[in-house]
Amino acid sequence: MFELLTRLTQTFGVSGNEEEIRSLIINEIKGKVDNISIDPLGNLIAMKKGNVNKDNCKKIMLAAHMDEIGIIVTHIDEKGFIRFSNIGGVSPFVSISQRVKFKNGTIGVVSYEQKLDDIKNLKLPKMYIDIGAKSREETEMMINIGDTACFCGDSVKQGDYAISKAMDNRCGCTVAIGVINKLKDIETDNEIYFVFTVQEEVGLRGAKTSAYQIMPDIAIALDVTSTGDRPESNIMEVKLGKGPAIKIKDSSVICHPEVKKLLVAAAKRINIPYQYEILEAGGTDAGAIHTTCGGIPSGAVSIPTRYIHSPAEMVSLEDLENAVKLVTEAIK
Amino acid sequence: MDMQKIKELTELNGVSGNEDLVREYIKTTISPYVDEIFTDALGNLIAFKKGKSSNIDIMLSAHMDEVGFIVTGYTDTGLIKFANVGGIDERILPGKTVLLGDDKIPGVISAKAIHLQEREEFLSNWKQRNLYIDIGTEKKDETESLVELGEYISFNSNFQELGEECVKAKALDDRLGCAILMEALKGTYEFNLYACFTVQEEIGLRGAEVAAYRIKPDLALVIEGTTCSDVPETEKHQHSTRLGKGAVLTIIDGSSYADKDLVNYIYKLAKDKNIPVQFKETATGGNDAGKIQRTGIGVKVAIISVPCRYIHSPVSLMSKKDYESSQNLALAVLEDMSSNMNKLQSLIKEEK
Repeated sequence: MFELLTRLTQTFGVSGNEEEIRSLIINEIKGKVDNISIDPLGNLIAMKKGNVNKDNCKKIMLAAHMDEIGIIVTHIDEKGFIRFSNIGGVSPFVSISQRVKFKNGTIGVVSYEQKLDDIKNLKLPKMYIDIGAKSREETEMMINIGDTACFCGDSVKQGDYAISKAMDNRCGCTVAIGVINKLKDIETDNEIYFVFTVQEEVGLRGAKTSAYQIMPDIAIALDVTSTGDRPESNIMEVKLGKGPAIKIKDSSVICHPEVKKLLVAAAKRINIPYQYEILEAGGTDAGAIHTTCGGIPSGAVSIPTRYIHSPAEMVSLEDLENAVKLVTEAIK
Repeated sequence: MDMQKIKELTELNGVSGNEDLVREYIKTTISPYVDEIFTDALGNLIAFKKGKSSNIDIMLSAHMDEVGFIVTGYTDTGLIKFANVGGIDERILPGKTVLLGDDKIPGVISAKAIHLQEREEFLSNWKQRNLYIDIGTEKKDETESLVELGEYISFNSNFQELGEECVKAKALDDRLGCAILMEALKGTYEFNLYACFTVQEEIGLRGAEVAAYRIKPDLALVIEGTTCSDVPETEKHQHSTRLGKGAVLTIIDGSSYADKDLVNYIYKLAKDKNIPVQFKETATGGNDAGKIQRTGIGVKVAIISVPCRYIHSPVSLMSKKDYESSQNLALAVLEDMSSNMNKLQSLIKEEK
């Protein structure tokens, strides 16, 4: 699991630029599902046939967004320094002195204008990226306006915990692939759509259009969620290592009670730990899905994650393993 | 470049939700060029031109509405209280002239004269809620009989040429887009063309959402007026676009991420045809593309814009050359896609 997670987190996939991560996932799942397609916005849709002879055959959509936050080049100055804007939620403070990596491998350092009177006033327009070029021309040989970069953050395993960039949401992708692996030789009653969505971090965009195409009976988003288990944390009843979190609500969705029940029942049947998630700020693909096509009962299974939207997001590998078991049991 | 159409379009009043005059003008002008034309439930004007050989549906979108105001109440002395419709900087309002309703009753946005202001008042910005519109009446019932509650109010600003290169008008955003769509409808194409003149963009991209849902196009091109901030006090790296530097292609903004292949194709085409083109260098703002991209199973979109200084004010300003570049680029894209259907197929393909 850690090996797959590492390959997924270390692959480039800033929102709107999911080509590489999509290819990697296709390689991971091909031959294990009945059909694979890519829609106009770039969502990867993998379908596993159900048993249509059974009355209770349902269309189930699992949505794991494959994009990650990053930056986009908006301007290159005379000296070759790069100005940028955020893609998704990027904190100026977290970004200070981080490395970023462009699609073509170029590495840049994020820094800020020294004349800033008060660091509290730091905003992205006062920051820049230095790729070590000596002039605009030299920068433009490597980088153009509109190029995107992700933050650098190695994948490390220590005990049960793993640290990396892009745990949000390659964890969800890892769980979805894990479920595909578990179900690959099993005939399921339900028709299952594993959707690796695009552009979640900029407004749940891929989830909306893929849900419209699939029109599922039920949808479950696989994503990460925050925790309340750090020194002086905000209050939140989610802890690392205490099992996958079954979402009750966040800012984008109030999960359908039947979907919640389905997930809780599955966890109890196979006796794995789980916790309830109420996320006060933040949303997930279920938010866009549940209001599509006249309404789709939706829920979510989340991986508890510390330091979300930083280059060092931390998760428990056991939570990931249990999430795979939980989702497999719930949808098969 | 002939600016008559821009003059006529910008001098029509069409605040969001009240686009009738603009719609009638466009409908009358384009009817001879189109196969079908209709107005949908929200008021979008949709013109259809059947393709000569292909069933690919291409949507063009430009919004007819403009920012303005709406009457919300009266004072006992006959002054009018009002609310903004769309994003307007309240600091620019005092001293502006406006026109109320279809009868174009003239009024002024009033504020206390400088002589009467306390020092603190003088040093702080006017708040919209403290401003009133004066139409020269003395009593509430007199005002009420002339201007109904809910009446629309527009900036009063005529089209004017400034210098050799520029024009000033209200509502350049997005009558310039409407003008370019009208021009595009004169051509004939291999693909089906839907030109959508949308409503209520300024208050939430509302018309475009339903227009796109009805059409479910394979590809959409949005023509817009966009911010231009190459003015003093803005740092160079925060200039969104530059006046006189050509048509603008958006890579990303607050509402959409334009299709990369499509943007690259348009950029290359502009270079090949020597049409001046620039990228928008900020990632803020939004337009109809945001809703269109997320409609149905998803739509590939691109945005071509004309830089407009002082946008959302009665005195927005654009360069005639930029307008010409944007029109040329939009038409070149349609012509090139029409004469090269394989290219178009590859741009819209769904991978299996």
